[in-house]
Amino acid sequence: MTVKHADLAEKFIADEPRTDWHDETLWFVRAKRDKAAHGLPEWEQLREWGSQIKNRTLSNLSNYLIEFEKNALANGIKVHWASDAKEHNEIVHEIIKKHKIQKIVKSKSMLTEECHLNEYLQHHGIEVVDTDLGERIVQFRKEPPSHIVLPAIHLKKEDVSATFHEHLQTEKGNNDPQYLTEAARQHLRNKFVESDLAITGVNFAIAETGGFVVCTNEGNADMGAHTAAVHIACMGFEKLIPKAEHLSVFLRLLARSATGQPITTYSSHFHKPRPNQEMHVVIVDNGRSKQLGREDFRNSLKCIRCAACFNTCPVYRRSGGHSYHTAVAGPIGSILNPNLDMKANADLPFASTLCGSCSNVCPVKINIHEQLWKWRQVIVSEGYVATGKKAGMKGASFLFSNPKMYRLIGKVGRWSMRAFPLMINNKANPWFKQREMPEAPKESFRDWYLKNKKNKS
Amino acid sequence: MKIALFIPCYIDQFYPKVGIATLQLLEKLGCDVAFPLEQTCCGQPMANSGFASLSKGCDVNFVKNFSGFDYIVAPSGSCVLHVKEHLKDDTNPKEAEHIRNNVYELTEFLTDVLKVKSLKAKFPYKVGLHNSCHGQRGLHLSSMTERMLPEFSKPEQLLNMVEGIELRKPKRNDECCGFGGTFCVFEEAVSVKMGKDRIQEHEVNDVDFITGGDTSCLMHLEGLLKRKGSKVQTIHIAEILNSLI
Repeated sequence: MTVKHADLAEKFIADEPRTDWHDETLWFVRAKRDKAAHGLPEWEQLREWGSQIKNRTLSNLSNYLIEFEKNALANGIKVHWASDAKEHNEIVHEIIKKHKIQKIVKSKSMLTEECHLNEYLQHHGIEVVDTDLGERIVQFRKEPPSHIVLPAIHLKKEDVSATFHEHLQTEKGNNDPQYLTEAARQHLRNKFVESDLAITGVNFAIAETGGFVVCTNEGNADMGAHTAAVHIACMGFEKLIPKAEHLSVFLRLLARSATGQPITTYSSHFHKPRPNQEMHVVIVDNGRSKQLGREDFRNSLKCIRCAACFNTCPVYRRSGGHSYHTAVAGPIGSILNPNLDMKANADLPFASTLCGSCSNVCPVKINIHEQLWKWRQVIVSEGYVATGKKAGMKGASFLFSNPKMYRLIGKVGRWSMRAFPLMINNKANPWFKQREMPEAPKESFRDWYLKNKKNKS
Repeated sequence: MKIALFIPCYIDQFYPKVGIATLQLLEKLGCDVAFPLEQTCCGQPMANSGFASLSKGCDVNFVKNFSGFDYIVAPSGSCVLHVKEHLKDDTNPKEAEHIRNNVYELTEFLTDVLKVKSLKAKFPYKVGLHNSCHGQRGLHLSSMTERMLPEFSKPEQLLNMVEGIELRKPKRNDECCGFGGTFCVFEEAVSVKMGKDRIQEHEVNDVDFITGGDTSCLMHLEGLLKRKGSKVQTIHIAEILNSLI
C-alpha cells in the first residue's frame, strides 16, 4: 500500500479553516437532504421499496440483462459487453476510431472514472471534454473528482477563479460565481457544437423497455447527446431496474438523497437513436460479478450513486474525497473498492468510526457500516494488515482471555502511568499528540468492589 | 431478578467512579446486583479492528462470567452492542444466546426494564448530552436525525428527571465524536478534528458538563478538553443520575 487514507486525511486537515468550510458545505447538503426526506411521509417506505426492487434485480440479474439487451437491440441500440475496464475502454475507442472522431464530450459517469477512460483516450490522441461544470473544473486542474455528485466540492470559488483565469482567460481575481459560470457556459457551448460524439453515463437502465435514464442538473448530457451523431452510454451492470414504473421510486429517492431536490432538473429518457444517429450502450462488469458472488457484500451493488453517505459521513467531511485515493470515495467507496483491489484499498474500511450514519441515509438501505466491519475481517484474514497491529491485537487477546494477567498488567500499567508519566505521554503515543491521557486511579473498580462490597459477590 | 454488572475493561481500569455510580444507582432502585469478578473485556477492540477471530478467548470468558443471570447491565452502549451482535461460544451456545438477548445498556435498562418514572437526583448544572453512535444508532437509545421516525430519547428522558439540570442541545445533535475505538489512534488527525468540532458546539452552548452513555467517547473528549484547558468537564450519565449534590 503506497498511500493511506490516514496520511492523506492528515494533510487535508492541516488546513483547518478549509476543513471546517468543507465540513460545513457538505453538512449543508446533508441538512437539505433531511428536509426533503422529512417532506415525504412515505420516505421510509420508499427506501424499503427501493431496497427490495434492487434486491430482486440483483437476484435475477442475468435474466434482466438479457431482457434489457433484447429490448435495446429491438429499439435499434447497439449493445456491447465489457468484462473489465480495459475492454470497456477498447470498445469505446473502437467506436470512436470507426467514425474517425477527434472531439468528444462526456457528461458525468463515475464508471468511466473507475475505468480511467479519459486517460486511455488521451493516450490515443483523442480529446475528451467533461461537460459537467464541476468535472470540467477538476479536469482543467488535472485532478480526479473528490465527490461522485459534486466533483469539485473540495474547491472554493477563489480556486475556480484561478483555474478559469489560467484556462479560460477570465479576469484575474474575479470570484463572482455568476461570472465564472457564464464563462464555463460559453466555453462548453462551443465544445458541444464542435463534438461529433457524446459519452454519457446511465442512472437507470430499464429491462422491460430497453431504454435508459440519465439524470443531470445542468442538462449537459442532453446537450451532448442531442448534438452528436454518435451517443455512447456506459453503465455498470448494476444500473438495471426491471420496469419503467420503478423509476417512480428511484427518481424520487435519488435527488432528495443527493442534494435535497425533489427531482433532478433533467431526467432524460433515451429509448432509441434519432434518425441518422448511432446509439451504443456499453455494459460493464469490472469486478461486479465477483462482488455479486460475495454474500456479505453483494448488496453494495444496490447503490444508485446518490452520495448521501458521503455527505453524512463525519470522516469524509473532514478528510475530503481525495484522501480515499479511488474513483468512488466515501463510505460506499470503502466497501466497493476492496473488491477491486484489496491490497491497495485495505486501509479504506478502517477509515470509519462505524457510526452507522451512512446506512441510515442510504436510499436503498445498504448496510454500509456493517459491511465496513466485515471487510475489516476479510482484509485481516487475507493478511493485508500491518504486523505491528497484528502483534498488538494478539497481545490484547491473550491479556483479555486471562483475567489474572489482565488485572496484573492493569495494575502495573496504571502504576507506571502515575510514576513515569513520560513513558506514556510522549511523541510515540498518537493519543497524546493532541489529547491528555486519562488519569490512572490507584484502585480499579474491582479493587473498590472487593473492598466495599465483597460480601455480595 | 438477578442482575450482573458488566464493567467494561477501560472503565474498570480508568473510570472506577462510573462503575461505582452505576452500581449504586441500580441498588438504589432496588436491584439485586452482582459483579462477576473474573470479567475482563468484551472483545470489541479486536473485532472492530478486523480481528474477530482473536476474540474467542474474550467470548468464552464473558459467557463464563455472565451465565445464569436474568439481565446483564453495563454503563456502555458500545460494549453492549458488541456483545449483542457478536458474542459467540460454540461450547455454550444457549448461554451465549441468552446473554445476547438480555444484555442492556444502563439507560435502556432503566427506561425499558425497570420503567423508572422518577429519580431522586439533583444536578444543578448546564449539561450537553453527547449521543454515542453505538448507543443511538446501534441500540436505538434515541431517534436519529437521518431517519424519518418519531422523536424520542431514553437518556434525555432520564436526565429530565434530575432536579436542577439544564439540558442544552448541540447544533448537530447526533454527530460522531470521532473516538471510534482504534480509529482514535490509527486515524488520529480525523479523530481529533471530529472531537474538537463536537466540543466546540457544546462550548458555544456554555455548558458545564458534557455527559453521555459511553465513557469511551467521553474519555476522548476529556483528553481534548484537558489539553485545551477548557472549563467544560465530562461526566458519565450514571454519575448524574446517581447524583445527590
